Amino acid sequence: MVEEEGFQRYLAHVILWIGIAIVAFPVYLALVASTQDNAVIANGQMSLLPGGHFLQTYYQTLFVGTSGSTREPVLHMMLNSLIMALLIAVGKIAISIISAYAIVYFRFPFRMAIFWIIFITLMLPVEVRIYPTYKIVADLHLLDSYAGLSLPLIASATATLLFRQFFMTVPDELLEASRIDGAGPFRFFWDTLLPLSRTNMAALFVILFILGWNQYLWPLLITTRDDMQTIQVGIRKMITTTDALTEWPIVMATALLAMLPPVFVVVVMQKLFVRGLVETEK
Amino acid sequence: MQKQAIFQSKLLPYALVAPQLAIVLIFFYWPAVQAVIQSFLLQDAFGLSTSFVWFENYLDLFKEPAYFAAIVRTFVFSFAIAVSSLSFALLLAVMADKPLRGSTLYRTLLIWPYAVAPPVVGVLWVFMLHPSLGVLSRYLRAMGIDWNPLLDGDQAAALIILAAAWKQISYNFLFFLAGLQSIPKSVIEAAAIDGARPMRRFWTVIFPLLSPTIFFLLVINIVYAFFDTFGIIDTMTRGGPGKATETLVYKVYTDGLLGGNLGSSAAQSVILMVIVVMLTAIQFRFVERKVTY
Amino acid sequence: MANVTLRSVRKTYPGGFEAIKGVDVDVGDGQFCVLVGPSGCGKSTLLRMVAGLETITGGEIDIGGRVVNQVEPADRDIAMVFQNYALYPHMSVYNNMAYGLRNRGMAEAEIKTRVEEAARVLELSPMLERKPRQLSGGQRQRVAMGRAIVRQPKVFLFDEPLSNLDAKLRIAMRVEIRKLQRRLNTTSIYVTHDQLEAMTLADILVVMNGGQVEQIGNPLEIYQKPATTFVASFIGAPPMNLMPLRADELKSQITGADGAGIVGIRPEDFVISSETGSGGVALGLTVEAIEHVGAETFVYGSRQREEQGVAANPGELPPGEVIVRVPGVSGPAIGERIRAVAPRDKLHLYTADGRKRVGE
Repeated sequence: MVEEEGFQRYLAHVILWIGIAIVAFPVYLALVASTQDNAVIANGQMSLLPGGHFLQTYYQTLFVGTSGSTREPVLHMMLNSLIMALLIAVGKIAISIISAYAIVYFRFPFRMAIFWIIFITLMLPVEVRIYPTYKIVADLHLLDSYAGLSLPLIASATATLLFRQFFMTVPDELLEASRIDGAGPFRFFWDTLLPLSRTNMAALFVILFILGWNQYLWPLLITTRDDMQTIQVGIRKMITTTDALTEWPIVMATALLAMLPPVFVVVVMQKLFVRGLVETEK
Repeated sequence: MQKQAIFQSKLLPYALVAPQLAIVLIFFYWPAVQAVIQSFLLQDAFGLSTSFVWFENYLDLFKEPAYFAAIVRTFVFSFAIAVSSLSFALLLAVMADKPLRGSTLYRTLLIWPYAVAPPVVGVLWVFMLHPSLGVLSRYLRAMGIDWNPLLDGDQAAALIILAAAWKQISYNFLFFLAGLQSIPKSVIEAAAIDGARPMRRFWTVIFPLLSPTIFFLLVINIVYAFFDTFGIIDTMTRGGPGKATETLVYKVYTDGLLGGNLGSSAAQSVILMVIVVMLTAIQFRFVERKVTY
Repeated sequence: MANVTLRSVRKTYPGGFEAIKGVDVDVGDGQFCVLVGPSGCGKSTLLRMVAGLETITGGEIDIGGRVVNQVEPADRDIAMVFQNYALYPHMSVYNNMAYGLRNRGMAEAEIKTRVEEAARVLELSPMLERKPRQLSGGQRQRVAMGRAIVRQPKVFLFDEPLSNLDAKLRIAMRVEIRKLQRRLNTTSIYVTHDQLEAMTLADILVVMNGGQVEQIGNPLEIYQKPATTFVASFIGAPPMNLMPLRADELKSQITGADGAGIVGIRPEDFVISSETGSGGVALGLTVEAIEHVGAETFVYGSRQREEQGVAANPGELPPGEVIVRVPGVSGPAIGERIRAVAPRDKLHLYTADGRKRVGE
């Protein structure tokens, strides 16, 4: 390695810490704001140090909700988000892994056509088909339901491609050995392929969970009832009223609670997260 | 590319692809087809009759100054977000690629914003730069800037760009760092032996070797700016003031929400689809994907 | 216990490529049959057809008196050892061996007895709880063997099981496989491209080339009387010297060479001498290279003003080159002119196309 001089290295540390500060500052501000009194904040007199309202704010946020705009406890919104995120992540993985299995391990008419049909959905993000999709979900009476929140997002070309790629690297002899050992398609899938896919599934799960938790446009469209709100939609509604009424400490507490699960996942499962991110993008 | 070892079964493979296929057909293709059909139809004011009007909806759109402005705005936003986020992330990645003490800690502290949802990003930034109560606004005003993004369109646009770029730093940083780490150390050492100073080394050796990553990220960032900024815009400015921060996606959403012209809304969706197809095509054509069919 | 019979077995791929062009082999109960040939000769395909991993497009395969053409691999009562072992990477050694038994619904107690017995025989007992990646190459190979043994199948199938091991381990495992097979007395079919492995392991040797059987027999018989020039050059190392016989001086030396177009002489059948073997062959050679192996020495000489040899197959001698084996370390020097003599009874005569022995 080309050795860096002392000054260069010092500079690198400084730049990185500046970067970290820029990245962290808005979140720090949110944390501080969530511990202060709303009246002080509304006056523009907010202090840059934490205040004494921590417990009070978070208690009210989690179990009561705002007193004005949405009266839904944020804990309930988080539960909705969690259910939606899990349904999307698990659903995507489940239907993608079995379709990849079919496409790789069987020969059947229209195999490649089906592969392409799934693949082309890469080019149909929900943003370009919102209203027609909304209409279908409405016709199926799935508005304000977990099924409506998750089903239209559950197909995944990326995950199917990823599993297909992985299956192609599994040696043929493993299937042949399984056949000689008396394993049919189900047993081979369950006993061999699934355990071998564990790491891939975990990496994918991390990414898809974050993606699911952070869904916004779709839940915004199809949920009308307050008790079906996800946290991302809820936080927006908290600042819909005129500024004077916005309860900033609660909004900021909600923001922090909204980012807590996905950020936790990224930090704790960093290896899987990085792997998943790189795998799904290539 | 095909497997040689396979199972024989007539029905099982269809059963296995059925769930995915059903979802894809019901929630992806059917709506897309609906949008295309709808975009060729015109409904009268009462929704009583529809007629086939060929490309009239599209022509109307392009005649509408607001739509044209939204196209330009979207591209300006995309470019500004991509360039600012990419350059800052590259700087950080180059620094983090050095053999520093605590480099894994740096990485951890820089990648987490990836997980912050766009609407949350919007809320954080709107709070920070709120004209009356934002902490940073105080300093801006102290510097003599008449800061009011709620009224000033350019300031609102700048705010959106900053917030959107902020969120994307971590993603770009991660891929730049991976790109930098995949450059063989021996190449850099060879450049050093050839007498290239660190800055020169960066521009003549590292940067060119990184260009596939840069191009890949450029496309990804543009896609991000097109679609994922919806949540940021919706919580920060709702497309305002006026229409100063209304992007194409946001316009589809608001036009549809107002329940207005179905044909026009559908035509907008179709145009967005075409843009996605083009971006995807560029990505596949010029970025070496490891996907083989 | 079973015999395996292949009756005019054929394999034609959908594209029209004929991988196996009608093969008849009969492996008796408890015999060790080795399929040998160069890569692409169809030996692996044939083995996989016996296993049921490839469909049979013509003829019949019979295991233990039952035609198995349409029988699933799992129901053929065979076990297979793969070249890359194909161990289940996520299962312990124990579970790798137990998996096939469990799929057949065997009681856990019985499985335990069998796996432990196999592990004892293969010296794997201390490693039963390990995963394949924690084992050395030789140990993985033994697990693959163990997986085959515990099944107590009618037939063992081996697909180049030793080719991923280093030379020393390969010889050790070769001996072990043979000992194990003798003790279990299970009919075995073994595929290899290594003629030495083939010679040492086989009760019956099947030499294949281009999807066809060139010769079947016991290894020594094949070595002593190769049926075709292909077999002659494939079996034995260094390979047999093959020289064309036209109306030249060489042909006139040999008695009873009518109808022969090629003469073959093994390097060890030459003697360096000034005498002329009556009715045999005497070649004048210039020594070009010498290889000392220790117990023996190989002398590479070229024939002057002679016609070029028939290098019908890749890997054979360059035209005009003759290899002579000399016992011990003594021998001629490079550049020296020598006479290599072989008696008549050591000559192998073939028709000009190399497909038939003549003159016996």
